[in-house]
Order: sequence, then structure tokens, then C-alpha cells
Amino acid sequence: MATVKLSFSPAPVHVRTARLVGVAVARRAGVREDLLDEVRLAIGEACTRAVALHRQYGLADPVYVEMSDGGGYTVRVVDRAPIEAGLGLAALGPDELAKESLSEDALTTGVGFALLAGFVEDLQVRPVDDGVGTEVRMSWPAGRA
Amino acid sequence: MELSLATRAVGEHTVLEVGGEVDVYTAPRLRERLLELIDGGARHVVVDLGRVDFLDSTGLGVLVGALKRLRSAGGSFALVCDKEPLLKIFRITALDQVFPLHPTVDAAIAADSTGA
Repeated sequence: MATVKLSFSPAPVHVRTARLVGVAVARRAGVREDLLDEVRLAIGEACTRAVALHRQYGLADPVYVEMSDGGGYTVRVVDRAPIEAGLGLAALGPDELAKESLSEDALTTGVGFALLAGFVEDLQVRPVDDGVGTEVRMSWPAGRA
Repeated sequence: MELSLATRAVGEHTVLEVGGEVDVYTAPRLRERLLELIDGGARHVVVDLGRVDFLDSTGLGVLVGALKRLRSAGGSFALVCDKEPLLKIFRITALDQVFPLHPTVDAAIAADSTGA
């Protein structure tokens, strides 16, 4: 099983790097070519969420990303924000999205979760085992182990 | 690819051509440009996503912000997009029911001009 680990300071400019590495490792792991756009978007959304939370809570800790290709391609994105995150967020309907009262941040968060849920068949969002934070775990089928 | 932004006028419409990647790092520049256009008096804005090869939730948030701002100013906002991967993003988020989406700039302007 090959594993690539990446940790980056919580700045928006590094999210693109995480996407590029994530897609390169996915391709190497044998993820189908037509799924790579979705892999790129999902890793970007998970990292964007983590960066936004670290900035919101003033955390300088790095965001941690781990990509592994044992029996499928799995990406874990770990943040250290002191919140209880889950997938309980209901998808926003078109009427709510267009509402004046919905802030851009709230809309972006809702849309980000909709994209994660829509593009990742095997998605888990759960507290980390050690300490404070949340792990977003995403898996895709991969051709070779 | 870096974000590229180019503006042109077509009649009373302002067309903003966006290229490259619109993400959490580049979206603030798109937001600034849209605000400049609206503050500068643009009321009918068409954003052409034809050369965009990546768009995330942050970019979508900026586009919705511009739509709301123009609507409340009595203006109009439309998107041009004919790439299936991007269209899928709009469908999954239900934003295809929020934005007027057109395959070409001409179609966007024609639909807006007839009030469609």
C-alpha cells in the first residue's frame, strides 16, 4: 500500500497544491480517468473547508492530508477545529440559495457539502481519534493496488 | 492555470470572460471585479465560464453574491456554460435552478433582452 502524506499551513493558496497532488496520486493508483475531475473537486472542497475552519478559529496548525491506495483510493483530510462536524447539514434548495438573508459564507459551506456528498459515493465525516478536530474521509475505486 | 478576467461591452450588457481556476484562492479577485463592474454602473452582467477549467464552492458563492446584488439593483445576471463537468456542479448544488444558464453569450443576451 502506497501512502502520500501532505500537511500545509492553512492558507487558500495551498489548496491548489493539495488538489494537484491528490489527483496525481489518484491517477497513479489507477482511479478511472473520468473520475479524476470529481476527485479533484472533492479534495479541493474538503481542504477548503479545513482551511476556512482553521482561519475562523485562528488556528495556525497545518491541515493534514493523507492519500493511500490500498484496495481503492482513499483520501483523509484532517482539521483541528473545535467543532462537532457531521454530514447532518441538509442540502439547500434553490429557494433558500437565492434568499437575500443567506450569507455568502453560509451558502459556500452548504454548497461545499452538497458537492462533497454529490461527488463522493463513499464519504465519512467524523471526529478524529486523537484530540480535537474532524476527519473527512473519501474513497474511490482504484484499478491497481 | 491562473485566473484570467476580461471584460467587454455588448450593447447594454457587460460580458465578463473568466478563464482558469476559480477556487478559494482566486475567487476574491473574481468578487472584486464583479463588485467594480456593479459599482461602476453595470446592470446587465453575463459571466462567460467557457474557459474555466475548475470551479469550487467559493467561486459559486461569489457568483450567487453577484446575482443577488444585481437583482436587488433591478439588473440581471446570467452565466454562459456548456461544459458538462461544470454543468454537473450546477445540477448537484441545485444552482442550475438559481442561475439563468446559457450555452453561448449570444443566447444569454438574447434571452435577457426578451425577458426570458
